[in-house]
Amino acid sequence: MIGLIILLVYVAIFIVSFLIVRFLVQKTTTDYTALKTVTFGDESAVTSNRVASVVSVLTIFLIWGSFTGSVLIPRFLHAPGPFVGETSFTYTIETPEGARDDATIFVRVMGFGEETVKFEVPPGDGIAKDDAVAMPASRSTTIIYDKNDEVTRKDGARLVAIDGETIGPDIALNTDVGRFALTEKGAITFAPPKGLQMEPIWLPPPEAVVGRVIEIANDGYRDSTLWKHLGYSLFRVIAGFFFGALLGIPLGYAMGLSNWFRGWFEPIVEFMRPVPPLALIPLVIIWFGIGETGKIILLFLASLWIMAISARAGVSGVNITKVHAAYSLGASKIQILRNVIIPNSLPEIFTGARVAMGVCWGTVVAAELVAASEGAGMMIMVASKFQLTDIVLMGIILIGVIGFGIDILMRRLENLLVPWKGRS
Amino acid sequence: MSGLSIENISMRFDLPNGSSVQALKNVSLHLKPGELMSVLGPSGCGKTTLLNIVAGFLAPTEGEIRMNGHTVTGPDAERGMVFQQGALFEWMDVRGNVSFGPRMKGENEAHWGANVDHLLDVTGLGDFKDKAIYELSGGMQQRVALARCLANDPDVILMDEPLGALDALTREKMQGLVLKLWKETGKTIILITHSVEEALLLGERLLVMAPRPGRIHKEYQLPFADMGVNADLREVKQAQGYNDTREEILEMIWDMEEEIMGRTEDQK
Ligand SMILES: Nc1ncnc2c1ncn2[C@@H]1O[C@H](COP(=O)(O)OP(=O)(O)OP(=O)(O)O)[C@@H](O)[C@H]1O
Ligand SMILES: [Mg+2]
Repeated sequence: MIGLIILLVYVAIFIVSFLIVRFLVQKTTTDYTALKTVTFGDESAVTSNRVASVVSVLTIFLIWGSFTGSVLIPRFLHAPGPFVGETSFTYTIETPEGARDDATIFVRVMGFGEETVKFEVPPGDGIAKDDAVAMPASRSTTIIYDKNDEVTRKDGARLVAIDGETIGPDIALNTDVGRFALTEKGAITFAPPKGLQMEPIWLPPPEAVVGRVIEIANDGYRDSTLWKHLGYSLFRVIAGFFFGALLGIPLGYAMGLSNWFRGWFEPIVEFMRPVPPLALIPLVIIWFGIGETGKIILLFLASLWIMAISARAGVSGVNITKVHAAYSLGASKIQILRNVIIPNSLPEIFTGARVAMGVCWGTVVAAELVAASEGAGMMIMVASKFQLTDIVLMGIILIGVIGFGIDILMRRLENLLVPWKGRS
Repeated sequence: MSGLSIENISMRFDLPNGSSVQALKNVSLHLKPGELMSVLGPSGCGKTTLLNIVAGFLAPTEGEIRMNGHTVTGPDAERGMVFQQGALFEWMDVRGNVSFGPRMKGENEAHWGANVDHLLDVTGLGDFKDKAIYELSGGMQQRVALARCLANDPDVILMDEPLGALDALTREKMQGLVLKLWKETGKTIILITHSVEEALLLGERLLVMAPRPGRIHKEYQLPFADMGVNADLREVKQAQGYNDTREEILEMIWDMEEEIMGRTEDQK
């Protein structure tokens, strides 16, 4: 239900912002693509609209803030929150003799994060006596209304109405105050209006997550600072990738240059390539335990095949006329390997490295989810056991940011080192 | 004997499906040092195959190539090659490409620097020394390929449609450049082309090949290349005999093409 509303809001923002930007803000584009009469299917004419990207990110934060009652966004943008505060309703009982009497129940609904403290009210007169109940927002509570009444359910009394409206074992009630129903034994279950906001335990507001980042950055979590957790994960990725590349690239070259190597390693590489690294985690834990060695070996295996395959493809992909040209310019085999085959394979290897880094980053987090004493994955796994959703979210966001950062870095490096990629 | 001898070369490709293609049959000819020979022929008559055998990239099934008296067994710096495209090294700049041969010989820059810079100037690439290959136009890239080949100082230059990918204007300029460099350096050149005009203008000797099996059909001795060294190529085209020879060769190749087409149609 809430999910559907969020989806509708999201789609609405998408459409409205598109219309606004399209017809009001960016009416006149004067670059060269604007002169093209045919842009459909022309990839160079389809670029990412920066405004759309910014609005997209803002929208996510807006919806997140709105449906969690964040203090970062103005109140009028909040989705209706759960009822918080004081409310009351009257109930009517009927004794076995047929006599009826009313009493009032005062309910104090506490906001998220507030403690529920019991309180007292004067009982009043009549057979039924007034009660006081404290409860957290967005929940339901069972009210034993007759513990102070003169005639109780044990004596045969029945609850017949709430706020004057009939209620019974089969009749639930929905009023402005909230939802009422009777339990099997005849007590009242009461739920004040929940509103549309998420409870922090499902989705904490952005500021709570930011607060956690600061808190954990300063004080640490599980004996390690945030930077140490992330540093451990990064270190494992870099070490695993380093060894994977160190072995995988020469292996790929050998496979690209020698029939024997190709024949020998092809079955192994082709078999290992489709095995997801995650499937190796249990075996690696059995063999090497949950320490650093096991993790680095896992990431080594994750990157090894990718690097070997991309190096092999880089070698096989060399244009034979380049090799012929080098030969007739008098180059020796070794010189051709160094000056033609290796540089020619670099773009392919870089593509492989980018893929491998991505896979390694995903694998390390998964491995830490399973077993680790430090690391980004471990942090969110432990936090989830204690329902610390803000830490879980923080971890996910940081993992995403770092993964993104790694990819950008690799692309920069690629532009710097193999500028001819895709341009020959 | 000095020069390049192609002695009774035959080449048969055995295909995986058991059949075979006779790409060349009993091809023989001799090139004296400093001769420029252009090769024409319908598509598939074995021109590239012949050039690859001379370059040493392919071993012929019969016959041998002799270069200044010794038998050719593989590629060597004495026989340079200019490809149609895609043979430049993108990871080196223009100067790096042109100096590739001398550098591979282990010579230091003091030795080759002046010659390389001279060749860059001659080919009009002086201002583009430090440019990356992918920043150059197609015509400039072919000039780099030509300069790279010359910088290595081969005895024979083999060109497989070196100007095939260029536009008409650039092509004409490059034809002039080839002639100029030929006269200046005195290299032996074999030039494969699909353009009859180009073959006439550049070929001191002109070889017409016929297909199935690939063989020499007819050979011409032409005066136009020598004229072109000192004159505008467009004037050469007005020279006596140019048009007649062109028509004759065009008709010859046209007939061969037609025969091929007819044959493939029969097979259907
Ligand atoms: N590696 C090979 N394997 C099998 N057949 C080949 C091979 N190389 C060439 N051939 C065949 O040999 C014949 C001659 O080919 P070649 O490439 O020398 O022709 P060409 O005269 O250069 O043609 P074009 O003018 O189109 O470049 C063709 O029939 C071709 O199919
Ligand atoms: Mg060819």
